Amino acid sequence: MSTTTAAAAHPRGIFHKAGSLRAERRWALVTAYISLVIAAIIMLAPPVYMFLTSIKTSAEIADLSGNPWWVRDPTLENYTALIFNPMFRGFFWNSVKVTLLVVALTMAISILAAFALGRMRFWGSQWLATGVFLTYLVPDTLLFIPLYQIVGGLGLLDSTWGLVLVYPTLTVPFCTWIMIGYFASIPKELDEAALIDGANWMQMLTRIFIPVALPGIIAATIFAFTVSWAAFVYPTAFITSPAEMPMTIGVVSQLIRGDTFAWGQLMAGALLAALPPVIVYAFLMDYYIAGLTAGATKG
Amino acid sequence: MADGSTLAMPAASAPAGSLQRFARRRSTIAFLMTLPLILVIFGLVAWPAGYAMYLATLNRRMTEFIGLGNFEILLDSETFRMVIFQSVFFAVTAVILKALIGFWLAHMLHHIPTKGQRKWRGMLLVPWVIPPALSTLGWWWMYEPSYSSLNWLLAIFAVPPVPWLGEPWWARISVIIVNVWYGAPFFMIMYLAALKSVPEQLYEAAAIDGATSWQRLRYVTLPMMRNIISITVLFSLIVTFANYDIVRVLTNGGPRDLTHVFASYAFQVGILAGNIPRGAAVSLFMFPILAVIAFFVLRGINKRNREEA
Repeated sequence: MSTTTAAAAHPRGIFHKAGSLRAERRWALVTAYISLVIAAIIMLAPPVYMFLTSIKTSAEIADLSGNPWWVRDPTLENYTALIFNPMFRGFFWNSVKVTLLVVALTMAISILAAFALGRMRFWGSQWLATGVFLTYLVPDTLLFIPLYQIVGGLGLLDSTWGLVLVYPTLTVPFCTWIMIGYFASIPKELDEAALIDGANWMQMLTRIFIPVALPGIIAATIFAFTVSWAAFVYPTAFITSPAEMPMTIGVVSQLIRGDTFAWGQLMAGALLAALPPVIVYAFLMDYYIAGLTAGATKG
Repeated sequence: MADGSTLAMPAASAPAGSLQRFARRRSTIAFLMTLPLILVIFGLVAWPAGYAMYLATLNRRMTEFIGLGNFEILLDSETFRMVIFQSVFFAVTAVILKALIGFWLAHMLHHIPTKGQRKWRGMLLVPWVIPPALSTLGWWWMYEPSYSSLNWLLAIFAVPPVPWLGEPWWARISVIIVNVWYGAPFFMIMYLAALKSVPEQLYEAAAIDGATSWQRLRYVTLPMMRNIISITVLFSLIVTFANYDIVRVLTNGGPRDLTHVFASYAFQVGILAGNIPRGAAVSLFMFPILAVIAFFVLRGINKRNREEA
């Protein structure tokens, strides 16, 4: 439609082409914004609805007459009930403990290994690098049954220590893989200069590689953090007593009791449990995305 | 390499001796540095994978070797054939939808001015950031039959209420919807990164040659993104095949065990019903599929590396 007006305004052929191009661009922009708005509404609707439910009273949730996407008298009682619930706080501390330990372990293992694999070529290092990638492709749902037996054999079932033991299978391969990529992008001249100055391998790693590859390390740390925080299969399989449960499984299994669900509290619990990764994402979005895309673009 | 250096050493003189020591020290250090990684890979992945194969050949009490008996029993059962169908249907449908939606959104994001892209990207990635077990709780609540807020929205458009989790086919679709909602942003981010790496000159050249926007997509964008697309799709196939949390929270296999996928059924049989060998056998059904996918992923990556080199 706008092409015809452009053509009418500029009867000569050459202008017609230019006008239609501009109209095409504008049309593309309008389509883009419409798609993005619809997508954003769909993507954000579930968390928004969870939030709306979490600030409703049980009476309001049970009342079917009104609009479910609106809150008439907001309340924080669901949140306070959870925060003052020692069991829920226990879930939180278990998650914090497991996640911090796993992140520290993962980063130590993968930085050392990525440095050795990327810079100190040795017999089998190529094979091992491929092996790291293959392990990354093995999903946790393939391993949880044998690991259940192994962890049981070690007497670590129903204990957060068992989780600390097995979570590295989720985090270490990917973190090592992206750290190899980041270390590979550091120019060789830097380590030559360090060697000439008489640095040993450890000094080279701590003085040059870690500072230079810091963005990569942050990205890998964020990945390890979000994955261990969100882990679900292993804790569901290994943990049965509420005292040892981390957030994810604690909210899913313990806040659902009997036939009458406390929906408000359940949603509040889910949002509180999702909060740490979301906060990390909000503040470190660029690193988060760098870590996501590094796997494929560096690979 | 180590062999080569030791063989070459005797010919050289004194400084070479220290070089040899250095080489030995270097590979020892390298080995020590990789040792924790090797322990994780072999102790926690390779060994359990092998152990799973051994477990799958045992009888229920794990006292007797029964060969492929567990696999036979599984393939004979109607329920398990349904699980195979459901897993394949779920993974293939969900991955195709995620790839298409992700591609579309990445394009749309790429079109708008760079200044606004960050904000939109930040909003659209939110589903990927929330731990899926928890966001699925929200979906479960939206699907809940008597309070369903989705049906309330549909009612505005005079659509009759949908029995989201009550009927097998609707339950399957519900599971796929949640998975697509969760996974499409990941595709979007990957494709956006790929789109940004396509050199602008190629589009200019195509425009000068008079290419339409469809031709630009078909002959410039898609060939340039082919590798990322295939790697992302294959990777997502693995993750979707192995998905557990969404099915567990949303339907827990119901109604009548018709929405189980491999992972949730393995859990049901192996952990909840206590038949560990058969559970291991169920999860091993994922293995050949994953091996084939992994083969193609590795080939794609190697090709990509060769192209870049």
